[in-house]
Amino acid sequence: MDEAASRSHQAVNHSANSRVRKVALVGNPNVGKSVLFNALTGAYVTVSNYPGTSVEVSRGSATIDGVKCEIIDTPGMYAILPITEEERVAREILLNESPDLIIHVIDARNLERMLTMTLQLIEAGLPVLLVVNIMDEAERMGIGIDIGLLSEKLGIPVIGAATAKKRGVVEIRRAIISHDSKRHAVFGYSRRLEKDIDEIASALNGEYHLSTKSLALLLLQGDDEVAALVNASEGAQAVSVAEKVKAKRFERRESFHMDLSMERKGIVHGLLDGVITFPDKRRVTMAERLSTLCVRPLTGVPILLVVLYFGLYKFVGGFGAGTLVDLLEKKLFEGFISPWAITAVKAIVPWEIIQELIVGEYGIITLGLRYAVGIILPIVATFFLFFSILEDSGYFPRLALLVDRIFKKIGLTGRAVIPMVLGFGCDTMATMVTRTLETVRERIIATLLLALAIPCSAQLGVILALLSKAPGALLVWSVCLLLIFLVVGFLTARLMPGETPMFYMELPPMRLPQFSNILTKTYTRMQWYFMEILPLFILASVLLWLGKITHFFETAVDAMSPLMAALGLPREVAVAFIFGFFRRDYGAAGLYDLQTKGGLDARQLTVAAVTLTLFIPCVAQFLIMKKERGWKVATTIGLFVSGFAFGSGWMLNKFLLVTGILS
Amino acid sequence: MKLTEKAEEILESMWIAIEEEGRGFVDLDSVEVTADDPAVRELTGHAFVELKGERIHFRPEGRAEGEKTIRRHRLAERLMMDVLNIRGDNAEIKACQFEHLLNEGVDVKVCTMLNHPTTCPHGKRIPPGECCEEAASRGDLGVVPLTELKSGEEGEIAYILTEDNKKMQKLMAMGVLPGNQIVLMQAFPSYIFRVGYSEFAIDTAMAREIFVRR
Repeated sequence: MDEAASRSHQAVNHSANSRVRKVALVGNPNVGKSVLFNALTGAYVTVSNYPGTSVEVSRGSATIDGVKCEIIDTPGMYAILPITEEERVAREILLNESPDLIIHVIDARNLERMLTMTLQLIEAGLPVLLVVNIMDEAERMGIGIDIGLLSEKLGIPVIGAATAKKRGVVEIRRAIISHDSKRHAVFGYSRRLEKDIDEIASALNGEYHLSTKSLALLLLQGDDEVAALVNASEGAQAVSVAEKVKAKRFERRESFHMDLSMERKGIVHGLLDGVITFPDKRRVTMAERLSTLCVRPLTGVPILLVVLYFGLYKFVGGFGAGTLVDLLEKKLFEGFISPWAITAVKAIVPWEIIQELIVGEYGIITLGLRYAVGIILPIVATFFLFFSILEDSGYFPRLALLVDRIFKKIGLTGRAVIPMVLGFGCDTMATMVTRTLETVRERIIATLLLALAIPCSAQLGVILALLSKAPGALLVWSVCLLLIFLVVGFLTARLMPGETPMFYMELPPMRLPQFSNILTKTYTRMQWYFMEILPLFILASVLLWLGKITHFFETAVDAMSPLMAALGLPREVAVAFIFGFFRRDYGAAGLYDLQTKGGLDARQLTVAAVTLTLFIPCVAQFLIMKKERGWKVATTIGLFVSGFAFGSGWMLNKFLLVTGILS
Repeated sequence: MKLTEKAEEILESMWIAIEEEGRGFVDLDSVEVTADDPAVRELTGHAFVELKGERIHFRPEGRAEGEKTIRRHRLAERLMMDVLNIRGDNAEIKACQFEHLLNEGVDVKVCTMLNHPTTCPHGKRIPPGECCEEAASRGDLGVVPLTELKSGEEGEIAYILTEDNKKMQKLMAMGVLPGNQIVLMQAFPSYIFRVGYSEFAIDTAMAREIFVRR
């Protein structure tokens, strides 16, 4: 045990201070873990991907009565036996980091269902503190819970809380430092199951963080990771243990999972006897009424349109890309920073070439920083704010079920709506999130559609600003992209072998998002985004500068001019496309520059905007595509997207010329 | 007593024409037989039908036998479609062959397994058998997939029938466990149901795998 503890201490302990108490928050999704996490920790929070995964884990620190604590917010898990990648990460943390205390957060309204995992945690011999959260809502619904009796029956400390209202936080803090992990109740299964468990458990002699009873049950449920762990720890005995497990699993092949679940359900039922009281009649809350409106097609679709109109068009497009960009780019950069930087650099640096690099046409400050801070930052910030509000209000699962039928046609399930919406913020981030989709097929289709037809917020903001000046252009652009999204998705789904998986999702109650929580989320996303894009923007500036001084750039523009001519565009647009290779938004911003100089008519603008939106993803997205899907798939998608973009641009140009819609 | 297939088919045609289309008799022509066909002789021999010239009339025993035959045919159709998932012309041909095996108590078993259906896949009535009436008097509502429930209807989860172990674990971890009460809240565009105080959305394919006792 000591050896294991020191191993994990070395591996993950960030602070070098003497003894840090490690506390892990675990529980289902949507039970208020993050809110509790924010209430316990202060401003010092790090969010990072768990090694080797795309799953985010937040860590923060807190000092309670002089005791230093590291608090870990684990991804949502339903049971100790993992199915999804999130659950796998959550269990890894329990297994490998051996926390001093595990706070299991559950939803008071779903006590019966969620206590099953508390049982599993206690059974595993882990030091558990149970927090029955969302008590306020439960009380409003007329559900009564005897916390004291529950604590007595479970043999562990239990705290009733409503963390969103700060209720119970003081007690939780106190419990963290005074927790005594020695005592807990023991739960018995049926004689037959206990015998089966014992047969496996008694064969286990290695050193484990979890109890042998818990391990035996996981082995019987066919847990590959635990099997590997046991295999490594048992040495010479490993083969005979594996044989025993195999024989038992075959013996109970009919219904082991079901039997175990039913027995656990029975235990929980017994535990709750006298603990919980329900109202005679179910009370319908406001949130439930709103939820119903969101999921009925008749009211749900108009609500979706309203959300998109005000959220994306008005807030991100109008306020972010309009007001804020004006303020930062026009007033701040062009008014103060750029002139000041130009004067300063010219005074200090005598060489014209270096002056060009810093403050020239493609200068690091005058172009790279201006784009990143002046144009992209406000748009992305407003988008992430919008996204976080939707996420915290519980709207996404409702949107997912609304679009599931349509998404099935393009080979995806409703689940994919989250990466798709996130793609409107940042396609790179969304491509990473496609990992959460169930099958490889879905991931590839989603990656392709993100690369092709989903414009990211920065690009979207610039394009909206650009096209709003030409009436009709915006409509043509939206119709084109929607059509391409559906047609390409539909064809890909036909061409790619494999079946579309089933769709299932829990609908968390709708709730008013918490302001502080949204700000934290937006901030961490912004931070990630900015860290990722700023170096790229600066690199792009340098490359463009190199291109300019070596005249390679002009050669490239020349080389692309036949292509531009085919699309009916002036050759200067080639610049925007070359920009676009570094980042799509960068390219769109280049288009914006061109348009403000008055170089494009409505048709040209639309063709350029459509082509650019479809055009090859930015370098960062391409790199992530390669990392997530492998170079073969990434290259194929890249080539297809480029060809398709120009093809569509060409066709659209011909179509607009013949029909004369925008002239 | 077991009739030949041909005789059963004549009874079926007669039953549809007389009982459902309201005619008094059928012509020999319309069932494509002649008066000296062995099947016709078989039926008259059992005193199921009476032959008056070119017209065949039911006798009461024949009417009852015809009803049983049509019941077996339509049960066979349901079996093909609902359980074996065979559709189209092939289903019809297979049902015609299968119905002749549905006697001597097999029909009761099939009917119970199908939960005493009242209509065939084409929407026609299946005459109720004794097993149906017994089930109705016992108030046994049977087990149906979640897709059969109406919005707002409540039931108890009977079992989950899925080949995917992981999905079953997930469902069970979410509280979709036999014995729990389930309320179907919406059936389109996705199925939404409530167990306890939690709500879930699933697609049609998955809703077919959750079986509910009404």
